[in-house]
Amino acid sequence: MNRSATPYLFLLPYLAIFALFWAWPILESLLLSFQNTRVSPPVWNLSINWGRILGDAAFWDALRNTVLILVIQVPLMLALATALAVALNSQLLRAKGFFRFAFFAPVVVGAVAYSAVFRLLFNQNGAVNAALGTQINWIFDPVGAMAVIIVTLTWRWTGYNAIIILAGLQSIPKDLYEAAEIDGASPWQQFWRITVPSLRPVLLFCLVLSIIGTLQLFTEPWLITNGGPGTATTTLGVYLYRQGFQNINFGYASTIAYAITLLALVFSIIQLRLFGRES
Amino acid sequence: MKRRLWWRSFWLHLFLTPLALLWLAPLWLMFVFSTHPEIAIFSTPTPILPGNQFAANLQSLQADTNFLRSLFNSVMVAGIYTVLSIFLTSLAGYAFARFEFWGKGLLFSLVIATLTIPYFAVVIPQFILVAREAKTLLAILIGMAVFGGIAALLAWLRFSPTLGRALWVGYAAAALGYLFLGVPALREAMTFDFRLTNTWWAVILPSLANSLGVFFMRQNFLSVPMSLLEAARIDGAGEFRIFFRIALPLVLPAMAALAIILFLASWNDYLWPLLVLSDREMQTAPVALGSLIGLTRVSWGGIMVGAVMTTLPFLVLFLFLQRYFIAGITAGGVKD
Repeated sequence: MNRSATPYLFLLPYLAIFALFWAWPILESLLLSFQNTRVSPPVWNLSINWGRILGDAAFWDALRNTVLILVIQVPLMLALATALAVALNSQLLRAKGFFRFAFFAPVVVGAVAYSAVFRLLFNQNGAVNAALGTQINWIFDPVGAMAVIIVTLTWRWTGYNAIIILAGLQSIPKDLYEAAEIDGASPWQQFWRITVPSLRPVLLFCLVLSIIGTLQLFTEPWLITNGGPGTATTTLGVYLYRQGFQNINFGYASTIAYAITLLALVFSIIQLRLFGRES
Repeated sequence: MKRRLWWRSFWLHLFLTPLALLWLAPLWLMFVFSTHPEIAIFSTPTPILPGNQFAANLQSLQADTNFLRSLFNSVMVAGIYTVLSIFLTSLAGYAFARFEFWGKGLLFSLVIATLTIPYFAVVIPQFILVAREAKTLLAILIGMAVFGGIAALLAWLRFSPTLGRALWVGYAAAALGYLFLGVPALREAMTFDFRLTNTWWAVILPSLANSLGVFFMRQNFLSVPMSLLEAARIDGAGEFRIFFRIALPLVLPAMAALAIILFLASWNDYLWPLLVLSDREMQTAPVALGSLIGLTRVSWGGIMVGAVMTTLPFLVLFLFLQRYFIAGITAGGVKD
C-alpha cells in the first residue's frame, strides 16, 4: 500500500463532509452578510446588513436579554455545580447513587420535553404557584418570564457541569488534602486554597462552554415564552430564527450569526486573558 | 473528631436531600401529569401520585400529531446517524492519533476550532444547501463517492513512487475540475424533481461533521500502544486491517460512550430538524412535540405523554450505563 496516502484515505470521508457542512458554510455565512438577500437573485451590498444591525433596536434588545441571562445564570449555575461536585465527592455522603441520579438525570432529558414541563409548572394555575400559594402570571410577566428561563436552564445544566467538575476534583492528588489536614486547615480553607485553584482549568472550560451555549439559546425561550411577553425573553437565537426562517432574510440572519460568533470570540479571549495562561 | 465528622455529614444530608428532591420534581411531575386528565394538572393542590389516564392522553397525543410515527422517525434518524458518525469520526480520529502526515496540525486545529464556533455560524448555509440546493448537494455527494472510490483504488494498487505521485496529482486535478465544472453541469442536467427536506437524510447529513467525536476518538486511539500496531505492520498487515482488527477492538468502550452521546444528541435535537422537517409524517419526536406547545386547544396531558416517551428510555439507560454517559460528557473537559 502507498504509505503516504494512507492517512488521507482515513480522513477523506470525514473531511469531505466537514468541508461541505462546516468549513464552506462558515465562509458562506460571512459572504451572505454582505449581500442583499431580499431581492432575487441576491446582490452584493457591503453595508445593508451590517449598517442595519447597528441601528436595529430589536437586535440590541435581544443582545441585552441574552447578556442578562448570561451574567445571572452562568455564575449562579457554576457556583452551584461546584458546590454539588464537592458534596458528591465527599466521603461523608451516603446514598451517592440516588444523589447522582437526581442531579445528573436532566442531562438526558430533551430540551423540548423539559421546556414543556417547565411551561406547565409555571402556568398561572400550575404547580409552582400551587406550592408557593401565589397567583403570579410567570410566563406573561417580563421579569417572571426571564426567571422561568433562568430556572429552567439551571435545572438542566447544573448537573452537566457538576459531572465535568467532579471529574476534575477526582484528579486532584489526595495527599494535598492530607497535608492540609495535618497543618490544621479547615474544610473551608481547603476548599479555597486547594480545590478552587486546582479546578481553574476545568471551571474555565465550563465557563467557555456555558457562554457559547447561552449565546445560542433558542429552544427554551422559543417553546416556554416564545420570546415574550413582548420581546422580554427574545434571545439572539430567537431573533436570528425570526429573521432567517420566518422573514426569510438569510443575509440579515447571517449577520446576526456572525455577531454572535464575534461575541463568542470576544468572551473567549477575555476569559483566557483573565483566568487562562497556564491551562 | 468522630463527632465532628458526624455533624458535618448530618448537615450535608440535610441540605442535599431537599435539593435532590426539588431536582427530581419536574421529572416526577412530568410522569404524574401524563397520567391525569387536563383538569387535574391545573388544580390545587397539584397531584403528586399517578392517575389512570395515560392511555387516554396517549390517544389524544396520537390524534394531535402522529406521534408513534414520529418516534419511529427519531429512532431511525438517531440510529443511522450514530452508526455513520462513529464510523467517520473513528477513521478520522485514528488518522490524527496514529499517523504523521503533511498538514496534520493545520487540519486538526481546523476541526477542533469548530468546537468553539457557535452553530448559528453555519446553520443558514447548511439550510440553503439542504433545502434550496439539494441538486447541487447530490452532485457533490456523487462526486465524493466516485472520487473516494478512485482514491481507495489508487492506494490499493501498488505503483512505483514516481508513477504514484503523478497519478495522485492527476487525481487531485480531476477532483477539483469536477467540483468547479462537473457539479454545475450535473446540476443543470438534473431535470427531475429532487428535494431533501422532509427526509431522514436532511437531518443526518449535516450533523455528520461532528468534531467532538473526532477529538474523542483521537484521545482514545492515542492510548493504544504503538508497539502493537508496529508488530502487525511487520507481519505485513495492511493499514485498514490493522485499524479494524487491532485498534478498533481496543477502543470499543470509548466507542460505546461516544455512541450513547451521539444518539442522545440526535434524539433530542430540535432546531435543525425543525428547519428541514415540516411534513407531519416525517417529523422527529421533538419537532412533533414542539409543534403542539403554544397551540390554544391542545391536550397538555398528551404533551406530557410525549415528553415521558422520549425521556423514559434514556432515564432507564442512564441508571444502568451512567459511566458511559459520563465518559462522553467529560470527553472534552479533562485533558491529559
